[in-house]
Amino acid sequence: MIMTALHKSGFPINDIRSDFPILSEKIYGKPLVYLDNGASAQKPIQVIKAISGVYEARYANVHRGVHYLSQVATDDMEAAREKVRGFINARSEREVIFVRGATEGINLVASSWGRANLTVGDEIILSQMEHHSNIVPWQLIADITGAIIKVIPINDAGELEIEVFQNLLSEKTKMVAITHVSNALGTIVPLEQVIKKSHDAGALVLVDGCQAAPHLQVDVQELDADFYVFSGHKIYGPSGIGVLYGKESLLESMPPYQGGGEMIDTVSFSGSTWADLPFKFEAGTPNIADAIGIGNAIDYVSALGLTSIMEHEEALLSYATEKLKAINSIRIIGNASKKAAIISFVMGDIHPHDIGTILDRQGVAVRTGHHCAQPVMERYDISATVRASFALYNTFEEIDSLASSLSKVKEIFG
Amino acid sequence: MIEGELDNLYQDIILDHSKNPRNSGYLEGATHSARENNPLCGDRVSVYLTVHNAEITDLKFEARGCAISVASASMMGQMVKGKSITEAQKLFKQFIELINGSDVGDGFELKELESLSGVKQFPTRIKCATLSWHALQRALESGGIQAKA
Repeated sequence: MIMTALHKSGFPINDIRSDFPILSEKIYGKPLVYLDNGASAQKPIQVIKAISGVYEARYANVHRGVHYLSQVATDDMEAAREKVRGFINARSEREVIFVRGATEGINLVASSWGRANLTVGDEIILSQMEHHSNIVPWQLIADITGAIIKVIPINDAGELEIEVFQNLLSEKTKMVAITHVSNALGTIVPLEQVIKKSHDAGALVLVDGCQAAPHLQVDVQELDADFYVFSGHKIYGPSGIGVLYGKESLLESMPPYQGGGEMIDTVSFSGSTWADLPFKFEAGTPNIADAIGIGNAIDYVSALGLTSIMEHEEALLSYATEKLKAINSIRIIGNASKKAAIISFVMGDIHPHDIGTILDRQGVAVRTGHHCAQPVMERYDISATVRASFALYNTFEEIDSLASSLSKVKEIFG
Repeated sequence: MIEGELDNLYQDIILDHSKNPRNSGYLEGATHSARENNPLCGDRVSVYLTVHNAEITDLKFEARGCAISVASASMMGQMVKGKSITEAQKLFKQFIELINGSDVGDGFELKELESLSGVKQFPTRIKCATLSWHALQRALESGGIQAKA
């Protein structure tokens, strides 16, 4: 495929696309147009090969064997941890916990930190645009501890109502758990403000960075986030692995989340002691190969540079926004002034599922539904949206395909 | 071929039922009701029935869903009204067989419901077509509520 001059010169879109084998697949005989990156991103050959390379030549259990392969696997996994540390600019690799994904990271904090620190009447503040994974773990711990959940509303554009947030904060607020980028609306949350205000009120902040890590430069020190979570599979890495960043002093003070091997120092029936960070929170044999794979995904993203990726994706977003706005019946849900490359929309009264099916048969993969953010759907009084979410390998031509596929929807539904 | 499958899925009769659903709304004095959700997409349908002497004398539904799920609920209402509970359950079984692409057992003429058979080419949409039917089944199994005095 020849890419048009719309692509910023120097952004190696053709090379990038050839790194992702799945992009040359045909879907129902049509070229795949993959616009469901917010749900999960595809993997470059470098990550795929690295993971099979682990199993082919460098695999054994980690942190326990005296034999050669155990040492190699341990070194590779710890090298990946160091790559993650650099990627988010954590102070130390002791602050980087490997988890199954962002969901497990949030559950870990809610459970471990929550049980030790929350009591009756304490308040946890969430936003109206959280993914279910940043709502339900807090509801579970609130039920156990008697803490109360408060919600920051969003305005019509999908932006946080900062003044309301200011009023919700009090000495009762113990935790503010908030997304960096809304998966349903694309809104980029002004985290600096949120974190500053939270800290001023004496509350900690957990950031759900799932939708931010693939698109924005994340610096946990500059943000001063207390906890930051993201998933490997959304940054072109494997599924089943994710990262919990936590400030070392907080992680030190928290009790273990799960018990087992690897997380202990000594075990006896009169009591056990815990391993040092980060291993205190990594009970059991970890997901070794995928932890290594997340390191390769970070290498891939870093080689391109998040600044170039952001520029490319911003261009895609504005092109797609313009294209969709040109279709009369389309209403874009989420028009925040700062957005990541995610567009949610509805089309007349045609249900998003029907749109998704028709697009699918033309090779265009989008997400339809509530995007695990039912409170957002309620906010706009809709049951679902169609969501196109873009990645570094998407092209302007693919947006044209999306637009022309939408005309087939009109054709069918009249 | 592909276009054909889409056209077969979105036949005029299905689009007509989805745009103008029959028996849509809340049913005052219903003796049986049930609600089904599709947690994957947030779609939901409530089915309300009036049952007298084991016969479904009235049926209404409230649906928030796609064209397939609304059309299916609309057609279901037309087919089920006036049937006995046993007959409705037989029809349910036949409909599920139709949608799954298996042999439809002897029983009723499926009439307009046949138009939904195109769904079998779209495995991700089968739940849409069956949502209201599962609500019907649950409403019948619930044994009904005490009629208001």
